[in-house]
Amino acid sequence: MTDIRYLAPPTLDEAVRAFAAAQGAARILAGGTDLLVQMRNGMARPGTIIDIKKIPEMTSISEAADGSFWVGAAVSGAVLAEHPRFGTVWPGVLEAINLIGSTQVQGRASAGGNLCHGSPAADSVPAMVAAGAVLTIAGPNGRRTLPVEAFPAGPGRTNLAAGEILVGFTLPARPAGSGDAYLRMIPRTEMDIAVVGVGVSLTMAGGVVTAARVGLGAAAPTVLLVADAAKALVGSKLDDAAINAAAAACSAACKPIDDKRGTIVYRTKVAAVLLKRAAAIAADRAQGRA
Amino acid sequence: MAKLHVTTTINGEPTEFLCDPSQSMLDVLRNTLGLTGSKEGCGTGDCGSCSITLDGRLTCSCLVLAAEVGGREITTIEGMAQGDELHPLQQKFLEMAALQCGICTPGVLMAARALLEKNPDPTETEVRFWLAGNLCRCTGYDKIVRAVLETAAEMRSAA
Repeated sequence: MTDIRYLAPPTLDEAVRAFAAAQGAARILAGGTDLLVQMRNGMARPGTIIDIKKIPEMTSISEAADGSFWVGAAVSGAVLAEHPRFGTVWPGVLEAINLIGSTQVQGRASAGGNLCHGSPAADSVPAMVAAGAVLTIAGPNGRRTLPVEAFPAGPGRTNLAAGEILVGFTLPARPAGSGDAYLRMIPRTEMDIAVVGVGVSLTMAGGVVTAARVGLGAAAPTVLLVADAAKALVGSKLDDAAINAAAAACSAACKPIDDKRGTIVYRTKVAAVLLKRAAAIAADRAQGRA
Repeated sequence: MAKLHVTTTINGEPTEFLCDPSQSMLDVLRNTLGLTGSKEGCGTGDCGSCSITLDGRLTCSCLVLAAEVGGREITTIEGMAQGDELHPLQQKFLEMAALQCGICTPGVLMAARALLEKNPDPTETEVRFWLAGNLCRCTGYDKIVRAVLETAAEMRSAA
């Protein structure tokens, strides 16, 4: 075994310096629910492990005066679920994050790790895309922001540049009359990986959709923002024609694989079904009915 | 390789150990500290048989680096009974035969205790979802779920 170093820097600046100094031989440790498994099976052999959980910015949740939320990249699902406000403002994002793994995994796993792992089936990502989350990324050249949908580059790959670390998520201020929802299809009731996942966020006024975003997971090499589905919903009262058009847009966006968990045909069909169901839940929440 | 020196608290006792930077907490519990109650089933966070609490939070010790636990509070199955007095969950598991081979039992008990501390009156559905990360290949889960519900009822009436 080669020499491995464990670092737990107290500041982001130190983490960025250590990460850059390792020149690609370091891995970031948040909850470790992916990294430790990869180290065990030999897929990851980091020279340095940089634990980011001592960095306050990366483990904090805060609601700004304008109503936007900050969720640090290393915040665990269990901690987010216990926040007094987050789940009332973003129930769809929270339910997506809380679908990841078991109670034990929720105690450690983070939305940041879920995103950085790069799985097209990551449950939190379609909900974050629907929410319009904006990422803060820090690297040797300073900070930048990026819409969450621009982050995945392919299965297991992200658009982080060399030396960059995901710091956290900013979820925008929520207008009155807004609601979101995330649904995934799995053949079991728990503890499984999405065959398809759909996140929907709506803002409504007088029964009419004034803003919409749709995120689609496990149906293409990356999680997708489905702009055509959102477009079909905006301006409608979620009548059958609008819902069917949005569902068709979801199916049209699918570029899935055939594998043991679902075929191309099945995934394409289920994407439409989940859009309809998730939009109905989001609409109920937006109108205070759920 | 340079060993790390870690000072922590395990079941209320100040504890020190040396570990490799990549060593899991489960490995240190079992092989360095001799606390073999936490079992290794899968080593990948799927089976729950290595469940501990870390600062009160239920987690799989196979997914925690031992290097991370400095200054923190760990509880393991060894801390569940108070001397000879079993925890009500342990007692009920024996009475209702909620175990067979016993490998999953320490993890199930740790998880069930964490549930009852958070929710003293769970529904059957809540128990089943909470324990979904604890795999048992013997019991078919029914006896486990019934024992947890029964314990919860007794603890509520005793409270």
